[in-house]
Amino acid sequence: MAKSSSCACGESLNTLIYDPELCINCGLCSSVCPHGVFTEGDGKAVLSKYEECMECGACQINCPVGAIHVESGVGCAAAMIRAALLRRNEVTCGDAACCGPIK
Amino acid sequence: MQTALKSKPEIIPTTSRLTGRDKWDHFLARCRYRRMSHIVSPGLYSLGSPGPESQIFVSANYTLSFDALRSSLEGIDCYILVLNTYGINVWCAAGKGTFGTEEVIERIELTELKNLVKNKVLILPQLGAPGVCSQEVERRTGFKVEFGPVRARDIKHYLTNGKATPEMRKVNFDIKDRAILIPVELIGLAPYILVLSILFYFISGFWSALAIAAIGISGAVFFPLLLPFLPTKDFTSKGLVLGVVTSIPFAYQSIAWSDEILTYNAISAIAWILLISPWVAYIALNFTGSTTFTSRTGVRREIFRYIPILAVIFISGLILSVLLGIGSYLGWF
Ligand code: SF4
Ligand code: SF4
Repeated sequence: MAKSSSCACGESLNTLIYDPELCINCGLCSSVCPHGVFTEGDGKAVLSKYEECMECGACQINCPVGAIHVESGVGCAAAMIRAALLRRNEVTCGDAACCGPIK
Repeated sequence: MQTALKSKPEIIPTTSRLTGRDKWDHFLARCRYRRMSHIVSPGLYSLGSPGPESQIFVSANYTLSFDALRSSLEGIDCYILVLNTYGINVWCAAGKGTFGTEEVIERIELTELKNLVKNKVLILPQLGAPGVCSQEVERRTGFKVEFGPVRARDIKHYLTNGKATPEMRKVNFDIKDRAILIPVELIGLAPYILVLSILFYFISGFWSALAIAAIGISGAVFFPLLLPFLPTKDFTSKGLVLGVVTSIPFAYQSIAWSDEILTYNAISAIAWILLISPWVAYIALNFTGSTTFTSRTGVRREIFRYIPILAVIFISGLILSVLLGIGSYLGWF
């Protein structure tokens, strides 16, 4: 299971972890994030909207110093429900079934 | 058959004009008609008459993605490097990794881009970023990766300002984006609605058949349209609210238009609500896959939190209906 605490009370909304110690302020995370989770700061990127993160992974794959960790995956409900019911490992949808029409 | 997928290092001319045929193709793509067939050949395209210093844009080989890009580049001489994403849009392909670092690098090599241009900057759509590590592309090909705006229509702004505004960097999900999903949702549900409503018409009559249709239309049409106006935060509970609203006419008719006695009517009204609302919620939960908003953690949480609740609601509805049947047979009412 996910690293996040699985306790029912915990508002562990997502799996995003940011280590500002490592940040070299390249600005990439704030330009790749589609939800404005990171914004540019003075010496370091600022994690300003943690709760908006939808775990796309763009920041992690582009951060040059590995300051960001997130368990990325597409939240395709149909595939995940199937996986949960059949007790299989989760897969992303095999084709464009759920996300075909988005540009 | 042409061997389109084996792209030779040739430059394919294209235009920024969308023809009637392109628009028809977009319509079919949005209806998910032969959904894997809306494909452009991967390779290098030229728009206008680009030279060695011209800009290079990168796109997916899904017609909607490619056409959105080229139609936003009117009057600009440039190259478009089309990746092979197997006819899948940028965002989903990036999530799967087909709009990815390896494919960018390979496509640069296959098209011999290096020999063609002096400009060493590629402009990728921002929504491709989950699949592409910009440093790795630069390290292995010498091409620098820049992420352009989320929406192709902002590209000209981006080019003139040399930078995307925070607004251009954010996805949104406005009424138009949501309305566009309706045909897909409806077509996906249509066979179930059709078969089940015919089946239920013969099993339990007109109102049950109508209820099936109402569930489908509520989930596929009203849910996406009303999404921001429904109270509560997550998709499933929003769907449950809409489901209760959907079931009210059915509950009402069982009280108002029936001459049986009160207890029976009241119970059957409740049964209608319990039977209908969880299905609308279930369709709503599935809708999460169509958005760029829900994280895996979020969807997983919704699944584990709500599926049992929905099941309990529906099963209670079933039990009530069975009791009503037995009850009226035994003369309880
Ligand atoms: S994973 Fe995606 S949504 Fe979350 S912070 Fe990174 S770029 Fe933004
Ligand atoms: S991508 Fe990494 S190094 Fe660059 S600003 Fe963001 S956290 Fe800092």
